[in-house]
Amino acid sequence: MSEILITGARLYGTGDPVDVLVADGHIAEIAAVGATAAPKSARLLRAQGRVLLPGFVDLHTHLREPGREDTETIETGSAAAALGGYTAVFAMANTDPVADNAVVVEHVWRRGREVGLVDVHPVGAVTVGLAGERLAELGTMAKSAAGVRMFSDDGHCVSDPLLMRRALEYSTALDVVVAQHAEEPRLTVGAQAHEGERASRLGYAGWPSSAEETIVARDCLLARHAGARLHVCHVSTSGTVDVLSWAKELGTDVSAEVTPHHLLLTDERLATYDPVNKVNPPLRAERDVLALRRALADGVLDCVATDHAPHAPQDKDSEWAAARPGMLGLQTALSIVVETMLRPGLLDWRGVARVMSERPAEIAGLPDQGRPLAQGEPANLVLVDPDAEWTVRGGELASIAANTPYEGMRLPAVVSATLLRGRLTSLEGKIV
Amino acid sequence: MRHLLGTEGLDVDIATAVLDTADELKRTLLGREVRKLPTLRGRTVVSLFYENSTRTRVSFEIAGKWMSADVVNVSASSSSVGKGESLRDTALTLAAAGADCVVVRHPASGAAHRLAGWLEDNGTSVVNAGDGTHEHPTQALLDAATLRERLGGLAGRRVAIVGDVLHSRVARSNVHLLTTLGAEVVLIAPPTLLPVGVGAWPVTVSHDLDAELPAVDAVMMLRVQAERMHGGFFPSAREYSIAYGLSEARQRLLSEHAVVLHPGPMLRGMEIASSVADAASAAITEQVRNGVHVRMAVLYHLLAGDNTAGAADAATATRTHGGEA
Ligand SMILES: [Zn+2]
Repeated sequence: MSEILITGARLYGTGDPVDVLVADGHIAEIAAVGATAAPKSARLLRAQGRVLLPGFVDLHTHLREPGREDTETIETGSAAAALGGYTAVFAMANTDPVADNAVVVEHVWRRGREVGLVDVHPVGAVTVGLAGERLAELGTMAKSAAGVRMFSDDGHCVSDPLLMRRALEYSTALDVVVAQHAEEPRLTVGAQAHEGERASRLGYAGWPSSAEETIVARDCLLARHAGARLHVCHVSTSGTVDVLSWAKELGTDVSAEVTPHHLLLTDERLATYDPVNKVNPPLRAERDVLALRRALADGVLDCVATDHAPHAPQDKDSEWAAARPGMLGLQTALSIVVETMLRPGLLDWRGVARVMSERPAEIAGLPDQGRPLAQGEPANLVLVDPDAEWTVRGGELASIAANTPYEGMRLPAVVSATLLRGRLTSLEGKIV
Repeated sequence: MRHLLGTEGLDVDIATAVLDTADELKRTLLGREVRKLPTLRGRTVVSLFYENSTRTRVSFEIAGKWMSADVVNVSASSSSVGKGESLRDTALTLAAAGADCVVVRHPASGAAHRLAGWLEDNGTSVVNAGDGTHEHPTQALLDAATLRERLGGLAGRRVAIVGDVLHSRVARSNVHLLTTLGAEVVLIAPPTLLPVGVGAWPVTVSHDLDAELPAVDAVMMLRVQAERMHGGFFPSAREYSIAYGLSEARQRLLSEHAVVLHPGPMLRGMEIASSVADAASAAITEQVRNGVHVRMAVLYHLLAGDNTAGAADAATATRTHGGEA
């Protein structure tokens, strides 16, 4: 395998610029600029002024294949991931057919390997058909070639407390994590937007914060009882932060993610009537956004996950109630994290690496991702230009769909290059 | 005025101009045998209803016809939401076919705003004839016209809106318009039928109808939909009627000049006693009559003359053309 010499980058954005020699899929050497024993044949990657981080890991991606290849495929989604600085993504199970069996999860995993731009880890469904009635074959999926590490009915909540208890208990024998889309369905019948004054005025049925908080509280107690590992998807309310903080103090093995859009956007967006802003859980109030940022900074929230959700134009360009919830996220995640966390000083680059690379890899139990930037470690890397800016154009993103709420926005930080096991997958905004 | 999508943010001068035009039209047409003005001759108004509402649709249809507009009714099944032809494609088709104005009733909140967005480049006006639980601006305008007529004005008047505020687009539109026109609004409902965050609205809130009635100049009763009664919003129709129904005994608490309104259709006996609905204090049939004039005024302001046309121009226009009918 050919070598790459990354020259002049700053590790985690700190210290003196260094040269990083990548060979055989690993970091072969880190030395002062000009001091490595790089062979003449090594490809040179000029990285002056750039920040080097471990490649990002997304625990929450919708790749839509199989079933909705008109909106995203494993290939286009992998490209979006590579361009966004990701080296591993977890593909949610709500495909058609549902990823509730070994055949589908192995298909997704194999297809990801064929494309080869990012490690695609299929998430297995917790229940058959995401129906919330009986457990899917978690063990078979975990032991399949896909080696499923995470199970979730995302899009739906496993709302039956007995079934959730069983899923958590059963998972302890498999060393996997159960990820919950926390939404008490009886409290969100017809829900269209964050329950609050804005939704009331616009006549949208409300999605109350308590519908998320009650499920998170219940699941934390169930996980503690079962001695299981629980992961909470896309936390959206300040009340959930309080519940998680309390559960963690009690020693519950719970982790939680927050999406970039919940860190930036509020229910003020409802006034546009444009369903590009419709997402589940919904965009919340300003105080929730501020609480989520603080919680991500202090570790109550473990990581950032995109909930990348491509949709066809006809499923979005409609009246609000008829539109599907979800927005693109893979290519804008870093910029939103920089905008909401780094620029205000809530996280430094080391913190960004923690919430976008290290913690998600730990939560999912990936041994070769989110590793320290050190000699001998796998070369899953992302190089970021912290001073560059870019303008979001949905039509220019790698996804087939274009449903981004950031259309036309100018965002900070640009992914210069992504390396998967020592091989360039993206360079200066292009797939390699 | 390009569209009438809601009363939230509706300029007080425009609202007053529409109400003045409606008064003028009512006077102009009073006692005439042929109630037809040529004002909108050659203009096409399409009523696009995704929900059944005979009274609103007929009211717009008559309003259009009395202005000599060509009125086309399109009934679309509400089941086409999310399937079949999209609202967007329907809107573009109607615009391409030459609609000058689309009057839309839709079960989804915000649908009229979306429609206006899609028709941005077509020059087609949109009138919101009720979108989900959001707004119903012409209902609020006809209520205001009726109250102005009965009370001589709205500034400083106190209006009670009673019942299912949570699901009522009529209530939302009235809250905005009445407060814009200088009235005070008190919402009276059980806590389960009040919207979350209502504390931020420019209204007062009460759960005690008896305590409020003596001090109000008007009572606007809201419709309680049958499915709410079994939806756990309140224990029973009987208990609702006891606490929030406008009974004869309650009518006696009202001051002599107070007006009773109901957007219809009424649940007699439960929301309002039959005798109260038929009493002289009730302005329910006037609401229907004024509905036509208000909708004529809205169509006039959207489709005739330039956007700055005020009440005086409208009256002149109607008088000028009046003789030709
Ligand atoms: Zn979800």
